[in-house]
Amino acid sequence: MTEVAPKIDFCQDALAFVKTQAHAAGFSEVRESGYAAFASLPFPTRKTEEWKYTSLNALTLQDYNQAAQNFDLKNASELYTIEGLDAYRLVFVNGLFVAELSDNIAQAGIEITAFTEANEQQRAVITQYIGNIAETRRNLFTALNNAAVEEGVLLHVSKNTVLDKPLQIVNISSAQATTCSAFARCLLVLDPLAQATVIEQFVSTREPQNLLLNQTTEIHIGDGAKLNHYRLHSEDETSLHFGGVYVDLNRDSQFESYQVALGGKIKRFDVLVNHNQSGSHCEMKGVYLPKNDQHVDIHSYIEHIAAHCTTDETYRGIMADRAKAVFNGRIHIHPDAQKSLANLSNKNLLLSNKAQINTKPELEIYADDVRCAHGATVAQLDDKACFYLQSRGISRPEAEIMLSFAFINELLESIPLEPLRKTLRPLLAQQFSSNQNLTRHILDEDSGVHSEGGA
Amino acid sequence: MLTIKNLQAKVEEKDILKGLNLEVKPGEIHAIMGPNGAGKSTLGNVLSGREGYSVTGGEVLFNGKDILELDAEERAREGLFLAFQYPVEIPGVSNLEFLKASMDAIRQHRGEDAMDSMTFLKLAREKCKAVNLDQNFLKRGVNEGFSGGEKKRNEILQMMMLEPKLCILDETDSGLDIDALQVVAEGVNSQRGPDRSFIIVTHYQRLLDYIVPDFVHVLADGKIVKSGGKELALELEEKGYSWIENGEA
Repeated sequence: MTEVAPKIDFCQDALAFVKTQAHAAGFSEVRESGYAAFASLPFPTRKTEEWKYTSLNALTLQDYNQAAQNFDLKNASELYTIEGLDAYRLVFVNGLFVAELSDNIAQAGIEITAFTEANEQQRAVITQYIGNIAETRRNLFTALNNAAVEEGVLLHVSKNTVLDKPLQIVNISSAQATTCSAFARCLLVLDPLAQATVIEQFVSTREPQNLLLNQTTEIHIGDGAKLNHYRLHSEDETSLHFGGVYVDLNRDSQFESYQVALGGKIKRFDVLVNHNQSGSHCEMKGVYLPKNDQHVDIHSYIEHIAAHCTTDETYRGIMADRAKAVFNGRIHIHPDAQKSLANLSNKNLLLSNKAQINTKPELEIYADDVRCAHGATVAQLDDKACFYLQSRGISRPEAEIMLSFAFINELLESIPLEPLRKTLRPLLAQQFSSNQNLTRHILDEDSGVHSEGGA
Repeated sequence: MLTIKNLQAKVEEKDILKGLNLEVKPGEIHAIMGPNGAGKSTLGNVLSGREGYSVTGGEVLFNGKDILELDAEERAREGLFLAFQYPVEIPGVSNLEFLKASMDAIRQHRGEDAMDSMTFLKLAREKCKAVNLDQNFLKRGVNEGFSGGEKKRNEILQMMMLEPKLCILDETDSGLDIDALQVVAEGVNSQRGPDRSFIIVTHYQRLLDYIVPDFVHVLADGKIVKSGGKELALELEEKGYSWIENGEA
């Protein structure tokens, strides 16, 4: 196979683009270091380990134009509404803040603001953390995101404060006439003993996107603080998404994260969690469901730097049609991280002979008193189970959907936010089939495993 | 109800059924006994439409319809039910969800409306009680982590819910202790009626103490080699299958 030449054009366009963008004075430092990092990183090829199974050739056609704000806001709410969820909401379209769809939040001890609307005190928090948690070494898109920092969202929860409602951060992408790019940023800072629930939601119109969204989330969780984090990707299948979630965990802090990703043209996100101080806990559950010609690539890196930290990581994927997925999960136990407990499980279901999964769970251990396990499986639907369902009158297509959904049901049922579970069911049903006769068991939550009330 | 004429079938190029004839009338209970490898389970699998079993000759009429042409799910909807020898565990699909999907499909086929959730739940709980399964089993994954006896009782529970016309019990008694056996037998007996027939495939006579058959057939080498009344089972128990196989009868 011939090696594709590095897409110098793409990089130069990107650099030229970010150079011309106006930005607030406080961001000069992070932008400059991001710029330098991006300029120095080679463009990934098939030989670059982190990008081995995700080709960036599609980006040759990607220009760095400013996305047009062509989206009719009247239609926005149907894209992001989570029925029954009482939440604070901030809405961004193509990376730009939309005040008219966003809530004004005034709770003592809580700061929630768009970067461009931040007051002096909020701005001080932003500049203190921005760029200091995200890592640019493995992901050039994060470097580029640093170089382009301007708009974004800040959540700052003060010491001993509990955010009284979930914060729903909606990122809407709208279809563009020519290829465009947009940047989005999210900074969550929880001071010691603070608690919050945050939903990062990525949606788009159902039409060819022509838009690349480059998004970076940085999360600081202080001593004894806890964040419940959700990341939901349901953009159109033509979307390009390059994302990163970077988490710093401090003493006895907790990070609980649920991630759901439908496929895109290329959807790549990295999750990096640093157990910086002892006693921290990270629990991550994720499902990815590409179909047609979609592509999903998830890389997770868990760094056990301090002792007595725990990680529990479970990802499940269902690949249909000609879809491809990549899962790379790395747990790295540093020499001082004694008594670490870490568990990584990745299970995959291939629904067609042309679907693909490249999974690589990795454990790297430099401490001698730890308990770690990792594993990955790849399977197809079980014929025996299928026949069992058929022998009770259930059609083959419905049986296949029941078994596929069963593969991820356990993870979905463990989502503590009930309105979210209820919103996800029809979304996922639609993913398996548009024929509601075949997905009625998904839509009918009364018959769910755990949701059936009082015995 | 069921007419099997000269049925021949093979599995992976091996002839298993070699010209089997059987006539089951409404309301009758037929026991099929036989040594290991005689083709007992193959008969159940062929009748219920499992893939991997190819019928090479003969015909099977179920209420006048040639069912060999039908998919497994269509046979089930027509009223054929196979209680599995080894029920499959399906984590992630709850028993309740499974029963509902099954009932919906079968009722739809019969031209009936789907049962509303409350009526359905009430019925399911009632039937659970009848087979002595705790109601929590409805919420658990299908057969997931069930003991052998619980799995078999779950099969009977499904049978009671779906109200089939013909039930084939494939070695439902294997691996059951006497208590579980009685529960299963009571379940079956409660379902007996003038319009419902049973084929009970078993290796042992024991089950037939509790479910009294109208006819007993001996299956050996892919054919029914001897038929009789319930007393034939006792005779078999006493003399062993070699009595038939050696042609001493």
